[in-house]
Amino acid sequence: MSHGGEMTKNAAGRMVPKIVNDRPQAAYAGVGGYEPTGDKCAPPIRSCKDYPANGDKRVADLATALKRCGLKDGMVISSHHHLRNGDRVALMALEAAAQLGARDLMWFPSASFPCQASVTQLMDAGVVHHIEGSMNGPLGDYCSSGKMRGLGVLRSHGGRWQAIQDGEVKIDIAVIAAPTADSFGNANGALGKSACGSLGFALADSIYADHVIVVTDNLVPFPCIPWQIQGNNVDYVVELESIGDPSKIVSGTTQITRSPDRVKIAEYVARFIRDAGLMRPGFSFQAGSGGIALAFVAFLRDMMRESRVKARFVRGGSTKYLVDLLKEGLTDYILDGQTFDLDAVRSIASDPRHVATSPFTSYNYHGKGNFASMVDVAVLGATEVDVQFNANVVTHSDGRLLHGIGGWQNCLFAGCTILAVPSFRDRIPVIVDEVTTFVGPGELIDVVVTERSISINPRRKDLLEAVRGSSLPIRPIEELQREIQKICGGAPEKAKVTERPVAVVKWVDGTVLDTVWQVAEVKGVLRPSREASPE
Amino acid sequence: MAGSAETEHKHRAEAGPRGNDVRSDLHVAFEPLEARGIEIQVESRVAAYYGANIHAQAQRVLTELGVAGGRLSIRDQGALPFVISARIETAVRRAGFGKDLRSLPEQTNLPAPSAKDRLRRSRLYLPGTEPKYFVNAGLHEPDAVILDLEDSVHPSEKDSARILVRNALRAVDFGAAERMVRINQLPLGLADLEEVVSEAPDLILIPKTERAEQVVEVDRCVQEIAKCFKIKRPVWLMPILESALGVENAFAIASATQRVVALTIGLEDYTADLGVVKTREGNESLYARQRLVNAARASGIQTIDSVYGDVADSDGLRDWGQRARAMGFEGMGCIHPRQIPVIHEAFAPSAIEIEKALKIVAAFDEAQKNGLGVVSLGSKMIDPPVVQRALRLVAQAKAMGLVPAASVPAGQER
Repeated sequence: MSHGGEMTKNAAGRMVPKIVNDRPQAAYAGVGGYEPTGDKCAPPIRSCKDYPANGDKRVADLATALKRCGLKDGMVISSHHHLRNGDRVALMALEAAAQLGARDLMWFPSASFPCQASVTQLMDAGVVHHIEGSMNGPLGDYCSSGKMRGLGVLRSHGGRWQAIQDGEVKIDIAVIAAPTADSFGNANGALGKSACGSLGFALADSIYADHVIVVTDNLVPFPCIPWQIQGNNVDYVVELESIGDPSKIVSGTTQITRSPDRVKIAEYVARFIRDAGLMRPGFSFQAGSGGIALAFVAFLRDMMRESRVKARFVRGGSTKYLVDLLKEGLTDYILDGQTFDLDAVRSIASDPRHVATSPFTSYNYHGKGNFASMVDVAVLGATEVDVQFNANVVTHSDGRLLHGIGGWQNCLFAGCTILAVPSFRDRIPVIVDEVTTFVGPGELIDVVVTERSISINPRRKDLLEAVRGSSLPIRPIEELQREIQKICGGAPEKAKVTERPVAVVKWVDGTVLDTVWQVAEVKGVLRPSREASPE
Repeated sequence: MAGSAETEHKHRAEAGPRGNDVRSDLHVAFEPLEARGIEIQVESRVAAYYGANIHAQAQRVLTELGVAGGRLSIRDQGALPFVISARIETAVRRAGFGKDLRSLPEQTNLPAPSAKDRLRRSRLYLPGTEPKYFVNAGLHEPDAVILDLEDSVHPSEKDSARILVRNALRAVDFGAAERMVRINQLPLGLADLEEVVSEAPDLILIPKTERAEQVVEVDRCVQEIAKCFKIKRPVWLMPILESALGVENAFAIASATQRVVALTIGLEDYTADLGVVKTREGNESLYARQRLVNAARASGIQTIDSVYGDVADSDGLRDWGQRARAMGFEGMGCIHPRQIPVIHEAFAPSAIEIEKALKIVAAFDEAQKNGLGVVSLGSKMIDPPVVQRALRLVAQAKAMGLVPAASVPAGQER
């Protein structure tokens, strides 16, 4: 069975399909190599005469709302992922659509989570045709093993906004889980029993979708303040007992890594930032939620205190550790992309210096600039980095889908992009000859920090110069790779994949950067009980 | 899969941990067969990357151990090659094969041979059956690692720990750390030596030492094996005194042989022997520890303190370390990498001490140059023991990298 046939070699040297899910594609043309043309797309014009003057857009349930939105076979249904692994709404919407007899839907989540694993059954049943969005766990395995009918399309958070605004993906019905909303459809994520912080990832859906349904378990009288989602874009409001499991929406407290090797990586990252002169008054950095990222913030905080250096802003994944910086006056602002723990949720609800952002302001490449390139330092993870500094964040080295792109690609545009990774996991080298899946171009990746050493991209002569004479263990990436291969007992075998594409990886400008192939059966594979995420 | 054949062949044997939580290790089952021919079955978490590699390695190891017929089943959770070899060798030996044969992993570069009086501030304990902690231990820059065959190893796993530690000594790069092995109490410890001395450990820790003769016996055994394997590097000894009797015999033990480089104390056993409770302050062991320092100085060797058990309490560790240094100890044991920097800080001379010592040394050099017998600094005359202490402190501070570059002649720093 073929998935669209013709392939072409792109500027990264990767073979990519010319057509994906019946839409013609532009192949990756290098960083900044693609020239977009035309106008942004827009939803149909609506009129107040068709909406209740008293603003009450409530309907009885999701099925009614979907029906009134004109649910049809083949439609695109979107959802957002801020309720994370506690989300009930996306699955409920798809199941309601199934009960209404809909088939061949495209599910377009901003990310998927293990709690949505049963979408595989909806795909088996023909209700969902395919998913365009991150896929991991059982959904990733389903796609990797070639069972999904369409091609998966993996986009960054910024790339998802770009795809929607450029008209690559036309959302028919957006279903927006809202921790607090009024009956007009104004909504936010900061308040309510299912509070999750910012609702930024649902913003594009609310603006560009044909129909918008807001689903809440905390209905407040108009006005719902703040209104990150504006009711003027909303068709229907559905009230539910519960939109999610609060214990899985945010963690109580996010934990700093206890692994001494990972603490070592975090310490090297912080020392590099200081010694390279990046930690200077008014600087900015981005930190994610992984254990290494949190530990690096703790080290950097001590260094900032010691040197009396204050940041202008920090970007999260916000956590207690960033909130503490804000409270201590070590940063003027938190520009919040997503909110990971309870401290951060409370902070965003109460502190005006803790600001909710969206993929439009932060990440969208087809705009008049974005914040990502204004950040001085971004610290990110990866599953693999090659000796050209290209990196992979979506598949294991064996080619199986592991992880979504998240904001990772967008963050590569920071002034200094640091990948903080162990040099090998179990026996599997992280530093490789050539990445299995090409997700980040090496020209945007400046530094690779491992527990063994720090490698600086030779393009960044300024950084090499800045840390000359420092006590940090700096050496070429090839040297590190040789050392790891010696420890691991030689180079690993390449991923065993078939010639059949199962998904594509988009670059931030909507071009096709790489193809994910159906994995071949390997004999004698033991699966660990839980798979490590690429922090 | 593995258990069913047990009754059919009495020589069937296993090695290595089982279970889904195991990481960087493997389980091996070996079943000898009458017929010639080797059958190898590999299941591995890393089968996609190293499946063929593991298969080939298993074949090689069996051949080196002289196995002509048998069935080998491997359940691997991402173990490194030196661990795979060790587990297979253990299973094969347990099955009664491979006597006097070894299958050794590739030799890594060894650090420079240890000087008798090298820095020994921190020594990181690594349980001898937990290979996942071995490979990155050196990255945390302890002055030494201790591959432990004694208390952290269950009696039924002594044989497998020996083989694993032997392979680690050969294949794992511990950086600049001194490679120490803690053997078991004699006579079991002699069997440990038979297995590991061939791989040139830098130092053997002798637990529960009570008499000088025990040290002499270990030394004789080490030297015999070292000669047999043509080991050119020194293999030093560090007796651990863990009883009232051991402490009473401290000087005799310290001076038992030329190869004893330090005395250390095991406080858990020592306080148990006294029948007192081990406290955070450690007043109950003050006498024993001071006695150790005195005995060691009297025979010109170092004294190293015990471990501090509460990994989460770095303030308590720092206090303990600073008091130990004040008593004359030169280091202590660590049970977690995060204790290493705290200990190094605690055993470091202060900036003021270093500055003062540097001035005294400079005055001493000046006096030497001018052929003066008396060293003076400003209006003060400096006594010879003060000069000696300053020289020693400056040497230590240099070894710890604490003397500013301008004070160290070029080429001496790494």
